[in-house]
Amino acid sequence: MLLDLSEEAAQLNRQIDKKRDDLRGRTLINLFFEASTRTQSSFELAGKRLGADVMNMAVSTSSVQKGETLVDTAVTLNAMRPDLLVVRHHAAGAVELLSQKVDCSVINAGDGSHEHPTQALLDALTIRRHKGRIEGLIVAICGDILHSRVARSNILLLNTLGARVRVVAPSTLLASGIERLGVEVYTSMREGLADVDIVMMLRLQRERMTSSLVPSQREYFHFFGLDFDKLARAKPNALVMHPGPMNRGVEIDSNVADDVRSVIREQVEMGVAVRMAVLQALARHLPNR
Amino acid sequence: MQSTPDQRSLSSTTAFVNARLTDPASNLDQRGGVLIRGDLIADVGPHIAADTVGDAHIIDCDRRVLAPGLIDMMVFTGEPGHEHRETLATASRAAAAGGVTTIVCMPNTDPVIDDVALVDFILRRARDTALVHVHPMAAMTKGLMGEEMSEIGLLSEAGAIAFAHGKTSLASAKVMRNVLAYAKDFGALIVHHLEDPTLAMEGVMNEGEVATRLGLRGIPTAAETIMLERDIRLVELTGGRYHAAQISCRASLDIIRTAKLLGLPVTCGVSINHLTLNENDIGPYRTFFKMKPPLRSEDDRRALVEGVASGDIDVIVSAHDPRGAEGKRRPFAEAADGAVGLETMLGAALRLYHNDEVELLQLLRTLTVNPATLLGIDSGRLAKGAPADLVLVDLETPWVVEPDLLRSKSKNTPFDAARLQGRPLLTVVAGRLVYNYAD
Repeated sequence: MLLDLSEEAAQLNRQIDKKRDDLRGRTLINLFFEASTRTQSSFELAGKRLGADVMNMAVSTSSVQKGETLVDTAVTLNAMRPDLLVVRHHAAGAVELLSQKVDCSVINAGDGSHEHPTQALLDALTIRRHKGRIEGLIVAICGDILHSRVARSNILLLNTLGARVRVVAPSTLLASGIERLGVEVYTSMREGLADVDIVMMLRLQRERMTSSLVPSQREYFHFFGLDFDKLARAKPNALVMHPGPMNRGVEIDSNVADDVRSVIREQVEMGVAVRMAVLQALARHLPNR
Repeated sequence: MQSTPDQRSLSSTTAFVNARLTDPASNLDQRGGVLIRGDLIADVGPHIAADTVGDAHIIDCDRRVLAPGLIDMMVFTGEPGHEHRETLATASRAAAAGGVTTIVCMPNTDPVIDDVALVDFILRRARDTALVHVHPMAAMTKGLMGEEMSEIGLLSEAGAIAFAHGKTSLASAKVMRNVLAYAKDFGALIVHHLEDPTLAMEGVMNEGEVATRLGLRGIPTAAETIMLERDIRLVELTGGRYHAAQISCRASLDIIRTAKLLGLPVTCGVSINHLTLNENDIGPYRTFFKMKPPLRSEDDRRALVEGVASGDIDVIVSAHDPRGAEGKRRPFAEAADGAVGLETMLGAALRLYHNDEVELLQLLRTLTVNPATLLGIDSGRLAKGAPADLVLVDLETPWVVEPDLLRSKSKNTPFDAARLQGRPLLTVVAGRLVYNYAD
């Protein structure tokens, strides 16, 4: 349903007049405790195209160090009476905690290594636009599974929609018990990519790496970076995806990223559409004054 | 004269009669009474009854369980340094309400209890403000920095009842070896928290499927077992008396069993939380269930319950650790660990009895005479000449835990709204009535 709504939004976004008034008079606050380019700007655009007043708040982590707890921040913001709160936080569960303390709708724009639901939705939309379906497709999610909220949300959503999901990563980047989430686990790209329909690469989250998990970028690229050689194991019409931002030459060969099979730029476009759909769906249930 | 006890201090001679005497030290479980004179038990047995004790003040126990007051070997207070969380006075009120007559407080305060003057400070503050007996543990290394051994001999003489390392492991095997060897000369007990700091570093809960689903970094059980195995090799090397403060998993229990079979001076404890809760209770990031060591799987919990029943686990502790909103109202990974437990320990422990998992005498053994023996104190038993530390227990009545009613300054209980069955009715410390449920 959300995906159908997103299709409409995608159509709208390709027209010259992109404006609608579903959210006229509503206030949307983008509350980002962690830096983000595409998620934040796409939520901002989505809100504006639907007619909402959008405010961006970049909360530096220093205010946390000043002693204000997340709950106090939430209560403060709540007093400003927003209708929608889009939140990204570096800690898993932070958005859930915050949503318990405010009256408005809260959208998770990524919480730690937990979830990033709108990313999974835009990935599903992108896949469906190209393949016409999701059920029965084989999707390989490759790379830093351990730290990735994108991986967790995609595993949940794509499984629900009937895809067969594989994860491919060195053992040090696999989360414990991941096989219990309904995925097939591979530690070799050559095996993991065999006959897949979708190759979903993840960014190697070097900033989250406080302990030695892979020996070097060069070794990582050699065994787990997506190059044409490894991509040849997938189906000929396989799609290459990446949630961005990419580390070219670390997890993905630059030429693969720009290849015709790559839909990375379209993912960004669908990002705006999906976020509009999510906001529209919520707008229908917002209380009227 | 017969009356309900409505005065704070009992008469100098008081008889508890018509009780179910339950004394694990003597394997006693029968009808009878206890006569106390001053701060000591003057007599105990089936012959103590209303018509045999002369003009003593009589308390009719109505056939309820009369047991030695509980001894809690692991209590964190905020005194000194974090009195807003808990003081010795408030912790002692919580203890009294939980049937706990002796608490052992941990040394990781601010400042750390690593000096004779600080041990003296705790003892004086306890004497002046606390309702129950308080024994401080001292730090095994100066400042808990893990480098220089503290003055174990002088601290013991000053009243430090054992030596601990707070909620961290002493990372250096060499320093641990020296501590164990040196402590042995003084007969001092070393109580160690088990968590390899490098393996546990980023972890905030048990490693596994639940952590992966929540996107939280896990702490493998190996972080505990590696440290425990190391320590046991060092006990083998030194002969020092060693107590694993709390174990949290089946694998640790197996290691303890093996060490005991070898005849090593090794004992272990478990927290009431790890006996009654598991990792699934964290649910949607409930920080009141964040603990150190972390709550483990249901399989681990069941193993620990079996360990209590079999006697391989020596001691149950509350691991009482008061934390305020500033520590708990945070995202899970950033929240403080720890839970209050003094007031709910007995009620929660009785779950094991009501579930037919642990017999009453065995359950009470881990809460009374076992810790007393380890600590070398003469309470924890119903015996002539022992301190008059008693608890009268209602085993049956169900109740619901209401955090606001807790006496502890902090309300971070994982048993919020939990249904418990059984609770203390009267608590007596050194002949003084310190808690009466009827009030």
